Amino acid sequence: MTPSELIHAVEQADSAESLLEAVKMLAETHSPEAIPSLITVLGYNNPGAAVAAVDGLIAIGEPAVQPLLEQLDGYNYGARAWAIRALSSIGDPRGLNVLLEAAGGDFALSVRRAAARGLGNIHWQQMNAQEVPEAQIQAINTLLQASLDPEWIVRYAAIVGLQGLAKEMKNLQCEYFDQIIHRLEEMINTDETLAVQARAKFAQSCLVQ
Amino acid sequence: MTASEQLNNFSQPPENLTVEQAIANLQHEELGRRYYAAWWLGRFRVCEPAAVDALLVALEDKSDRTEDGGYPLRRNAARALGKLGDRRAVGGLIQCLDCSDYYVREAAAQALEMLGDSSSIPALVKLLEGGVEAAQQVPGKPHLVQPYDAVIEALGTMGAMEATSQIQPFTEHPVARVRCAALRALYQLTGDNTYGERLTQVLQSNELQLRRTVLMDLGAIGYMKAAKAIAETLAENSLKLIALQGILEHHLKQTDSMSVSEEAIEVMNLMDSLL
Repeated sequence: MTPSELIHAVEQADSAESLLEAVKMLAETHSPEAIPSLITVLGYNNPGAAVAAVDGLIAIGEPAVQPLLEQLDGYNYGARAWAIRALSSIGDPRGLNVLLEAAGGDFALSVRRAAARGLGNIHWQQMNAQEVPEAQIQAINTLLQASLDPEWIVRYAAIVGLQGLAKEMKNLQCEYFDQIIHRLEEMINTDETLAVQARAKFAQSCLVQ
Repeated sequence: MTASEQLNNFSQPPENLTVEQAIANLQHEELGRRYYAAWWLGRFRVCEPAAVDALLVALEDKSDRTEDGGYPLRRNAARALGKLGDRRAVGGLIQCLDCSDYYVREAAAQALEMLGDSSSIPALVKLLEGGVEAAQQVPGKPHLVQPYDAVIEALGTMGAMEATSQIQPFTEHPVARVRCAALRALYQLTGDNTYGERLTQVLQSNELQLRRTVLMDLGAIGYMKAAKAIAETLAENSLKLIALQGILEHHLKQTDSMSVSEEAIEVMNLMDSLL
């Protein structure tokens, strides 16, 4: 089937299963034509179909970034979390500001955690080189703040983000690298959630070799 | 988004109670205030002896009744006492297992599980009397004769080896939720992977609600072999992450907690992919 036939199938789906099947097939085309339909599916409150749609958007990559940014749903936190997940995985620097804002202040923890992970996955080489240092400092500060979040899963995601960032900048900005290592050490020793302590330990062992 | 997540997001108390007010409100002339105060004391884990005393009184409340004879305040008081961790509540909760209100019995069984006091085991086992044949649906009600799943889960958590043979037949109960409770408890009691595998297979169920329930079960028992199946089942990432957290932490507690083993890394990689 052509992408437009598959888009039609998504629109016509009349059950959770048929929607999932249609979205899976559409996602597998990796066709930019599919972008608007895949984004619409994120708002359907169907976790299976949303996973497939996010996978499709990630595979399409860069062409999906602008539509995702334009259609971020401010009122549906489920849809917003999936869209942020897609942006986080694609890693395009155009998503940076949205991720900074979401990681620091979104009221939904599923959005904060997805954004925190994404801040560790920005493709810095796609950014104007002069802007990179300041942007990285912003990302670090936001992640350090997220590492104090009341929700354990957001602190966990902040560690994943910090690990990703630290790997990128190991030789560039030493003082910030040290600051990240120091914060990880603190979390290993004092975080109230065992899973978070363990993730910090794992991040530390990956970074200090 | 799950119920627990919504609670986390909107956990601002709609009413600014102080501990003293909440305790006093358990005797308030408005029944709604009593009901809310009992919930509040549990939600904010007010572990003060005065709060426990007042909740124990509320466990015997006779004033707050539903149309069909239920005891809403007793239900909330029992739930709160489970969260407060004071073993003085065990006797009162055991008595609640005989209450005419199914939901009081269910709340009491869950609270006793949280308190983990093995003196409650005989009273819990008693609710399994008559076995699977007696475990029928109550006509016109959305529940069985007894809260079998809560009772069986409590026995599993408390390591009630003596209940193994009574729990065993419930692995064939027609209600999926009860079967899951039995598989979960038997895994905890025997360590036999057969039970863990059967539980893991439920992740393939067509029912989202059942997949959600079994995710929580697998997390609660820390069944490491299910980690990959958990990451792949069709359900909210939030629930999968909570289940994997359970597995990771169970593993860390069993091993030398902070050495990062291969298995722990595998679980963390799965968790990372679900953020």
